[in-house]
Amino acid sequence: MTTPSIGKKTADFEVVSLKRNPTSPRTLFGLIMSGIAGLFTLLAIIPLFIILTYLLTRGISSLSASVFTELPPPPMVDGGGFGNAILGTVIMVGIGGLLSVPLGIMAAIYLSEFNEGKPSEWISFATNVLSGVPSIIVGVFAYGAIVLTTKSYSAWAGGFALAILMLPIIVRTTDESLRLVPQDVRQASVGIGANRYQTVLQVVLPAALPAIITGITLAVARAAGETAPLLFTALFTQFWPNWNNLLVEPTASLSVLVYNFAIVPFQNQQELAWAAAFILVLLVLLTSIISRWATAQRTY
Amino acid sequence: MNSSHEPRIGTRSGIERSLDNSFYWIAKILAFAIAGVLIWITIQVAIAAMPAIQEFGLNFLFTQSWNPVNSQYGVWPAIYGTLVSSFIALAIAVPIGLGVSIFLSEDYLPPAVQRTIVFLVELLAAVPSVVYGLWGIFVLIPFLKGFTALKGPAMLPAALILSVMILPTIAAIARDAIINVDPGLRQAAVGLGATRWEAIMQIVLPTASSGIIGGIMLALGRALGETMAVTMLIGNSNQVNPSVFAPSNTISSLLANQFAEASGLQVAALMYAALILFFITLVVNVLAQLLVTRLQKI
Repeated sequence: MTTPSIGKKTADFEVVSLKRNPTSPRTLFGLIMSGIAGLFTLLAIIPLFIILTYLLTRGISSLSASVFTELPPPPMVDGGGFGNAILGTVIMVGIGGLLSVPLGIMAAIYLSEFNEGKPSEWISFATNVLSGVPSIIVGVFAYGAIVLTTKSYSAWAGGFALAILMLPIIVRTTDESLRLVPQDVRQASVGIGANRYQTVLQVVLPAALPAIITGITLAVARAAGETAPLLFTALFTQFWPNWNNLLVEPTASLSVLVYNFAIVPFQNQQELAWAAAFILVLLVLLTSIISRWATAQRTY
Repeated sequence: MNSSHEPRIGTRSGIERSLDNSFYWIAKILAFAIAGVLIWITIQVAIAAMPAIQEFGLNFLFTQSWNPVNSQYGVWPAIYGTLVSSFIALAIAVPIGLGVSIFLSEDYLPPAVQRTIVFLVELLAAVPSVVYGLWGIFVLIPFLKGFTALKGPAMLPAALILSVMILPTIAAIARDAIINVDPGLRQAAVGLGATRWEAIMQIVLPTASSGIIGGIMLALGRALGETMAVTMLIGNSNQVNPSVFAPSNTISSLLANQFAEASGLQVAALMYAALILFFITLVVNVLAQLLVTRLQKI
């Protein structure tokens, strides 16, 4: 880079033009646009604070210990809780995780460790498209695939639908975190005689583990808040799961409880909807903050 | 006498080799299973919709009545509501999202503050849809009733909540696209005497346009398929009404409301509606992915 010589020519310039002119239309345009952009940013985060404030005030005031242990009350009866819905959400998200985590991690290993050009590109494309499929469609699909075949609403059908929604999130985050492991580590592993599965399972995967767990946590939080795929796969129930039915029965969940109790005119049930919504958002908030923190603690 | 220099490595045992190969094949098969799931969804929904497709054909798209008693089904009001609510949401969220993405990619704020705001905007996308719906019922609708002609659940509150929900998608992807613009281009523009906003409007945004449009289309895909918040706020009335203060319907809210109690031909008709929604979002998403992938290659 050489500095252009302008020494002699300076006199030819109107020096004034190099000064910032506060009233020129160009300056004003910039100022106004900056103001608008800042205003829009403020406008974008205001809803978050309003929603959080309402959840805090209305959610906490409806919370009590009985909320976690008791069954949903009938209309107009005080007390009660949604212990069965918490249990149902845990069961179905658990089923979803058991199905999607091994599948998603293996698929991501194929994408990043055995990158084979075209097929890998198609699969990441399919993953992205799958993540864009509306959750209600996944619910309709799980209804057709599981509920119609087994002739019963079940926690399995709900968990299956959640698994499909978790899958793309897990594939993408695992793929990204595997790619962050430096190539040298793989070469070192192969150099001392490890073959492919040893390299992947004993060297690359452990190195990327914190980031992968973060991704799984995010997928779990997202699945716990999903309502549409559970509406007609798991349905809802006022009762505890009957373990003799092996989960092949309508199963309650927190998110469907929020929906059902938000649209009824009964004060006591609305209070519970707010409390359940508070718990769901708390879950999402905590996992988001933890995942931020965990990605900062990378091995490599 | 060179034998001491020869590497003393035994060949791998057969078991180890087959382990290695099966690991590769398991990974490969499971990866293809993801594409398989997509195909499975299409086939499953299409087969279940078959009775309705044979019964109504393409007229299904343009028929107004949805009457389980007479077995008359048409999704025109739902398609209308889906498109109108999504486009109102886009009309609000695109300018705001672009403003956010520009504001958070320039150096207006210290990096730490900027990161925090980016995180807050991302959080908006993480709040469950049903919580937005709850909030809309108890806070937004009563608030809007105060100064508009709104009487209850209707198109307006649903579209407003939709715009909040898709805003983070637009803001995040547009910001990525803007940050990925070669800094040399901006420096050249500023070197030629452009102000900050002249550089943004004439150089940065056009260069980032394919990523920005991809982000907008992804957001459109989300808006078209969004279910819970819309179902809780739109009023679920199967009619075409140009007023935003009138209750309306979308394909997803139709499904959410009727599926659990449906039987016979009604299930098939709902499956047909689901297939239409699936097809629309698929096209939008594929186009969006192509645009965004092109962005990553530049």
